[in-house]
Amino acid sequence: MMDRLHINWFKYSSPQAFYPLAGHLLPWFAAAATLLIGVGLYLGFFVAPTDFQQGQSYRIIFVHVPAAWMSMFLYVMMAMWAGFGLGLNARLSFMMAQAIAPTGALFTFIALVTGAMWGKPTWGAWWVWDARLTSELILLFLYGGVMLLRASIDDLRRADRASAVFALVGVVNVPIIYFSVRWWNTLHQGASVSMTAAPKMAATMLTAMLIMTLGFWLYSTAVTLGRMRCVILERERRSAWGVHQAHRDVLEVH
Amino acid sequence: MSQPGMLAAVCELIRRDILLAMRRRSDVMTTVLFFVMVASLFPLGIGPEPAVLRMIAPGVLWVGALLSCLLSLGRLFTADYADGVLEQMLLIPQPLSVLVIGKVTAHWLISGLPVVLLSPLLGLQFGLNAEALGVLTLSLLLGTPTLSFIGAIGAALTLGVRGSNVLIALLVLPLFIPVLIFGAGAVTSSASGIGAGAHLSLLGAGLFIALALSPWATAASLRIALE
Amino acid sequence: MQWGSVSEFMAMGGYGLYVWTSFGVTALCMLWEVLALWRRHAAAIAGTREPILDHGAGRR
Repeated sequence: MMDRLHINWFKYSSPQAFYPLAGHLLPWFAAAATLLIGVGLYLGFFVAPTDFQQGQSYRIIFVHVPAAWMSMFLYVMMAMWAGFGLGLNARLSFMMAQAIAPTGALFTFIALVTGAMWGKPTWGAWWVWDARLTSELILLFLYGGVMLLRASIDDLRRADRASAVFALVGVVNVPIIYFSVRWWNTLHQGASVSMTAAPKMAATMLTAMLIMTLGFWLYSTAVTLGRMRCVILERERRSAWGVHQAHRDVLEVH
Repeated sequence: MSQPGMLAAVCELIRRDILLAMRRRSDVMTTVLFFVMVASLFPLGIGPEPAVLRMIAPGVLWVGALLSCLLSLGRLFTADYADGVLEQMLLIPQPLSVLVIGKVTAHWLISGLPVVLLSPLLGLQFGLNAEALGVLTLSLLLGTPTLSFIGAIGAALTLGVRGSNVLIALLVLPLFIPVLIFGAGAVTSSASGIGAGAHLSLLGAGLFIALALSPWATAASLRIALE
Repeated sequence: MQWGSVSEFMAMGGYGLYVWTSFGVTALCMLWEVLALWRRHAAAIAGTREPILDHGAGRR
């Protein structure tokens, strides 16, 4: 490859070409994620000062907020790839949506647990039915629906397309759901107890949170690439390429 | 694909579905009876204190309506799927999304309208006053068609899939939540003096959006299921 | 450094339980995901090298 700069991206649109590319990229994303999360944790614990109102418990935001942001971002990404799959009829796009879903669901779960952990010392209850946490819970239901729908359909092509349609229907509904839950929340609580009232953030707090978010994004990319490789292998397992690739992988590992 | 052609096809579809439902009246009665029973479960579980019942009535009756709609969704397309009529619908010149509107309208007339008509009676059981009963009925009148339209997407996606009854519920309940919030909220806010206008307007808007967008998604899902 | 001692760090101003459970759950989840993927990759390779009778269901 004399002209390395002129990369024909379309050649990576087949699973067979994408597999080694993902394999090359994965370690870099993993390393970058580890580095950034490490830096973020250091800043969060050793540089960011104590919060005036919430004491040390506020430090939970260094995982809660990045996890919540990733849960929403990954859902949109999943819906985007689902849309590409339906529009372009591209296998790889459907596989990408399939690969993203579990990680998105995991971050939604983490956001809910850490949200409860933050709520208990701050508001006195393990679960607060505020708009953001409740919307996050409904997002978990939507992720579950996408994954369970795929798991229930045996035919691969139908599973791809059906879960893609549901992901798109979900993404259209997420703003509606969020709006309605916020409405519901303000209707039923006079003095609205809101977890969105984040502490006034010192610059170091914000920096640490942003670095953690970036680290989580790099982690998500690495994990998604890894899951893509698994999905490709599973789908190609009877083809000549699949058998050949599996043998190569074993040789590389040993 | 002329205008009279489409309208005639839709009316024929609605007429046919209602006729079939009237022949198997048990399906309609099951849905209705379920709604009544679910509404009765809550006082049995919580206690008969009138003030409490009046407070939970909007939510309970709305959740009951939701669950009844869910139960009946399984039947929306399965009969036509089983006897090949659904495949025919893909082949005739009328657009599938228009036919879907017909199917969903028939479904609402069979399963949703009885719930709307029964709700004042059940509301009385919970001690709601006349004004609240009126708002409740109106909210259900605006909301239950929306539920049918949204539910149709789930029914189409899970057509012929094993365990589809529970799966429909998992897919469709998160999407029902805004309708539930605005529907029950209408009754609650009319009782607390704020007035139900905003909620009812939002319900109306929701119905309009569901009517405009969901048949298209349902048609796409049906095509995927029938490939 | 703003922590006087290791025990101060662990205590987190009295909120230790909440803070460390949060970070612990997050770390555990992410590590579990990586491990599960590792196993899935190994299983995918094994499955490809020795095709098994799959009872007609088909793997996804």
